[in-house]
Amino acid sequence: MLTEITLGQYFPGNSLIHRLDPRTKILATIIYIIAIFFADTSLSYGILTAFAAGVIMISRLPWLMVLKSLKPIWIIIFFTLLIHMFTAPGEHIIWTWKFLSVTQEGLDLGLKMAVRLVLLLLFSSVLTFTTSPIVLTDGIEHLLRPFKALGVPAHELAMMMTIALRFIPTLLEETDRIMKAQTARGADFASGNLLQRMKNMLPLLVPLFISAFRRADELAVAMEARCYRGGEGRTRMHELAYGISDYTALVLVLALAVGLAVMRWGKLCGL
Amino acid sequence: MSIKLSHIYHTYSKATPFERLALQDVSLEIKKGEIVAIIGHTGSGKSTLVQHLNGLLQPDKGTATIDEVDISAKGTQAKNARQQVGMVFQYPEHQIFAETVFEDIAFGPRNKGFSEEEVAKQVREAMDFVGLDYDTFAQRSPFQLSGGQMRRVAIAGVVAMNPDYLVLDEPSAGLDPRSRNAVFREIMALHKSRGIAIVLVTHSMEEAVKYANRLLVINGGRVLFDGEPGLIFKEHGAELVQVGVDVPQVYKLADLLRQRGLKLPEGIKDEMALVKAIKKVKGWK
Repeated sequence: MLTEITLGQYFPGNSLIHRLDPRTKILATIIYIIAIFFADTSLSYGILTAFAAGVIMISRLPWLMVLKSLKPIWIIIFFTLLIHMFTAPGEHIIWTWKFLSVTQEGLDLGLKMAVRLVLLLLFSSVLTFTTSPIVLTDGIEHLLRPFKALGVPAHELAMMMTIALRFIPTLLEETDRIMKAQTARGADFASGNLLQRMKNMLPLLVPLFISAFRRADELAVAMEARCYRGGEGRTRMHELAYGISDYTALVLVLALAVGLAVMRWGKLCGL
Repeated sequence: MSIKLSHIYHTYSKATPFERLALQDVSLEIKKGEIVAIIGHTGSGKSTLVQHLNGLLQPDKGTATIDEVDISAKGTQAKNARQQVGMVFQYPEHQIFAETVFEDIAFGPRNKGFSEEEVAKQVREAMDFVGLDYDTFAQRSPFQLSGGQMRRVAIAGVVAMNPDYLVLDEPSAGLDPRSRNAVFREIMALHKSRGIAIVLVTHSMEEAVKYANRLLVINGGRVLFDGEPGLIFKEHGAELVQVGVDVPQVYKLADLLRQRGLKLPEGIKDEMALVKAIKKVKGWK
């Protein structure tokens, strides 16, 4: 049931992408996402897609699994496409029916937005597929460190994220278990009107909240028992260090972003 | 009247790297009135197996029927059949949600479509069975009870649905010895008075032997042995140890005594029976 969700799940492996420093991967993802918004021609979209495909290939993730991560939001993508198709103004009308009409411009825009969303999601899912949650938050903590002077509690934020990520599968499992238990007692989570359905969720939500609070309490006690008192003066077992592949990866993704920016605005500056 | 599984296969996380075959070619029949213990070490597939007994999981291959009704089908007939199997999960107290003990126990029977009168009657009977006094507990909040009492409320919630078959997944896990014995005593009383089938999933061979008259040993997603507990220990003792299930101490002791020439009868299930048998053979008072 719920345990089949793949979005945001770590997939252990030993590819080049897996071995990259988490900071590199986070920065590269951010740069790539920015680059997506530079693209405006089908050539630039092609380049972006090829880049993403290349990264997925190097990471040796199963294609099916990566594509599956689109499942939870395909509806959003689909509606983005529809809304743009029908509402964007344009001259070249290709199809009309009563008050509805599809224009060439609208179709293009809709397709572009859909492709953007797909690429954005695929690329960031590669980040989470190839980076274990612990390492990922480690990277975030490092990246946030310069902002400590501005009062950003980098360590505490990272710790909260680690805990949250750590407990997602546990809570999903728990939800699955309680759902099954209540189904066996004749509960019905799938039918009835909205109000009825919300009411039907109670036998699931109440136990879930209780168990979440219980877990939080136990975890807090366990952390205190091991003298946890925040990030001050804390050393770490694995220090992060950039290697040659990290610099190469960053240079490549930067080149991509700059290249796309030049393709779009280069003419304005006379390049 | 029976639950029948035939040639059931089940795979978790299909088509992902986490794919795991949990059950392969499992066929068995559980008749009404039996007490069956399912035993196997962690990850052997016993929890997966019991979830097929009332259609909580759908088999990849094979069929499951309850009283001849295919339970993977849709429709009320299949739903009714599924509800003939009461399922008590591990740590069932974690599924309690209502404000009062009465309301929580009444959840199942109400979903089953019983009239309010019938619901009240079933709740009262179920609380009786698990040894919770109706007048003391019915209107209390279940969250103020002790662990053992909460577990009883949860078991009562399943018993109140008046099932023909009752599946219990490690009903004694995490309880102190006294509550443990009490829970089993109540389950056995239920078996006697209503004649329902009991399926007991357990780690403990001692428990399995003490209460069950049929033993299913699961290993690697297959049914390894199926039969009378004493017979299985006698014939397959060495293999059991190999798959991580140990023969109960009483059996080992009785066997050793037999090897030393003591003519003990077969089928000694617990310490008291062993003591009695020795006294009888030796003619002690």
